[in-house]
Amino acid sequence: MAEKMELRDVEVWDGNMAAAQALRQAQIDVVAAYPITPSTPIVENYANFLANGYIDGEFVMVESEHAAMSGCIGASAAGGRVSTATSSQGFALMVETLYQASGMRLPIVLNVVNRALASPLNVNGDHSDMYLGRDSGWIQICAFNAQDAYDLALCAFRIGEDHGIRLPVMVHQDGFMTSHTAMGVRTLTDDVAYNFVGEFKPFNAMLDFEKPVSYGVQTEEDWHFEHKARQHNDLMTKVHPKIKEVFADFKKLTGRTFNLVEGYHMEDAEVAVVAIGTAVKTAQVAVEKLRAEGVKAGVVGIRVLRPFPFNEIKAMIKNLKAVAAMDRSSPNGTVGALYNELAGVIVQMDKAPVMNNYVYGLGGRDITIAHFMAIFEDLKANAKAGKVQQPLQQFINVRGPKLSFLSQE
Amino acid sequence: MVENKKTKNLKEFSTSADRFEGANLLCPGCAHSIIVREVLNATNDDLILSAATGCLEVCTAVYPYTSWDASWIHIGFENAATAVAGAEAMYKALKRKNRLLQPERVPKFVAFGGDGASYDIGFQWISGAFERGHDMMYVVLDNEVYANTGGQRSSSTPIGASATTSPAGRVSYGEKKEKKDMMAIMAAHGSPYVAQVSPSKWKDMVKKIQRGLNTEGPTFINAVSACTTEWKFAPEDTIAIADLAVDSLVFPLYEIIDGHELNITYRPKNVIPVKEYLAAQGRFKHLFKPEFKHILDEWQVRVDKKWEQLQRREEARI
Repeated sequence: MAEKMELRDVEVWDGNMAAAQALRQAQIDVVAAYPITPSTPIVENYANFLANGYIDGEFVMVESEHAAMSGCIGASAAGGRVSTATSSQGFALMVETLYQASGMRLPIVLNVVNRALASPLNVNGDHSDMYLGRDSGWIQICAFNAQDAYDLALCAFRIGEDHGIRLPVMVHQDGFMTSHTAMGVRTLTDDVAYNFVGEFKPFNAMLDFEKPVSYGVQTEEDWHFEHKARQHNDLMTKVHPKIKEVFADFKKLTGRTFNLVEGYHMEDAEVAVVAIGTAVKTAQVAVEKLRAEGVKAGVVGIRVLRPFPFNEIKAMIKNLKAVAAMDRSSPNGTVGALYNELAGVIVQMDKAPVMNNYVYGLGGRDITIAHFMAIFEDLKANAKAGKVQQPLQQFINVRGPKLSFLSQE
Repeated sequence: MVENKKTKNLKEFSTSADRFEGANLLCPGCAHSIIVREVLNATNDDLILSAATGCLEVCTAVYPYTSWDASWIHIGFENAATAVAGAEAMYKALKRKNRLLQPERVPKFVAFGGDGASYDIGFQWISGAFERGHDMMYVVLDNEVYANTGGQRSSSTPIGASATTSPAGRVSYGEKKEKKDMMAIMAAHGSPYVAQVSPSKWKDMVKKIQRGLNTEGPTFINAVSACTTEWKFAPEDTIAIADLAVDSLVFPLYEIIDGHELNITYRPKNVIPVKEYLAAQGRFKHLFKPEFKHILDEWQVRVDKKWEQLQRREEARI
């Protein structure tokens, strides 16, 4: 029996410690992991918990991220609670197995501390790895700070492990900006946290010898499509209601509110930015300033990237005149992925806001309040004119002459 | 003390309770199915199995059918060892936490992979699993070629074999590289039990499988799997070819305990010339042209040298 840890009501934790503590409290049966910056401290913290008697599950330090997820898949199929953490190149190495995990409907929780993808090599935060996972059939939930990383990791088990869902879940946090930045994190006691997550209930466990199962079988043109369609159907129809239910329970327990999409001053906003991760928080500060100046500005924070909250976003932006999609990943030859997602929403709106696209923060480059103030200047002009007044896509805070694409002239 | 399943004779063995169904899509005469049956029939214990992508996997679990009457998982080409290692870790965790569904039943963990999955693409995953010491057995179905994808060379393909990516031609005798010595590599991992087996010597094979299963820690079996399709011989000759492989000492049957104690477990009464083994297979046909005679000669020298080396190691006990 693992020892319980006494926590203060508020602990000074960074995002990595917050995630590691959530894993400890969820009493994971198997963690198979491989270290990579900036998610390494999640694995190190967990190893420390183990070394001090706070963990009674298995901790398997494997030889690569591919093996980490492979081990997680074998462990999860065997029938127990499984989690791991990774970033960037490690995430990229895992990609093959991410699809296999979700296709086998295994509710593994993966803490992704988001980091740029090489080349050039870079250890800092951006969303290239997050975007790489967006078609992998996983649920993707995004933290904006360390408190979120803790809360959402606990919620992730409840969501993914539900027998009506049975899908793996990524909990994203920004490399360094969240993972290595300490804040006061409100904690749950070990008992309260575990009771919220609940006991793991096996489903088609390989270790049930009375009912042998075959995992990861072959399907060709006769059955492959049906399996993929069913997975997509469950993502599209079952996951959002379950997430909302879990978020509601979490609110009852803690008073902390999470939504599929987090609106900030969106009730009467005319201009807004849509972002993911720590940039949401920076944008909120900019909006406070703008509000003081009488600008009806708002922020849309994407809490759940997959399944994409299409209808919730549509409702939230229906009164906007101008909106900007903030992409923290190089689109390498098109508009940003978030811009594309939002374009899918906007094309279905009767009275749609005009939308432009900013690419920011690659490889850990800062985005500041001042940058958002300038973006909102663009948005105000776009709102007033009823069309985009700049090139559709702008790169911000990058050296050299101003970089922009898709001129609207 | 572990009680081994007793098998009196081949008839009893071949008809004992089957957890690997004859209903599968493997080629007629495929040695894979014979080897897998022998592994599963060697024990009455519960089994948790994995398979790498390859002939075995694509022919035994095609939705909505399965040939496996024991829990089985396939993830990808390279990670069969890790799949079963993960399941083994879960077993240990649930045992510690008193959450096993049938706590009185103690399973064995076995991974199957072809030589492509094991010698090549999955090598790192096997190495990792063995270094960590999972209680599992890894079985290579060694047919010396990527058979599932139509006969490309692997690092197990022997010199002179014609494979689709190392074809024999007007100026080439086929594969140029020596077969990788996985037995030595796995023994060097400190595995408590490493053995080479042939389905034609079923008693030797069952004994080794049972020892592998009953030895704590990661154990390794390299099974010669004569491939009727890619080695090019008649489907009814599978066992005869396997016999030629061991009687010519191309596939010597031996085991290595704790990384050093080597035992030769079968000494052919009449050692046959290597070229008889090669001549029985279409993949070596071109070697019998006069211009490639030196390859045939080198083959015999290499096999003799290896056999000498094995005998010396057996004597030396180091």
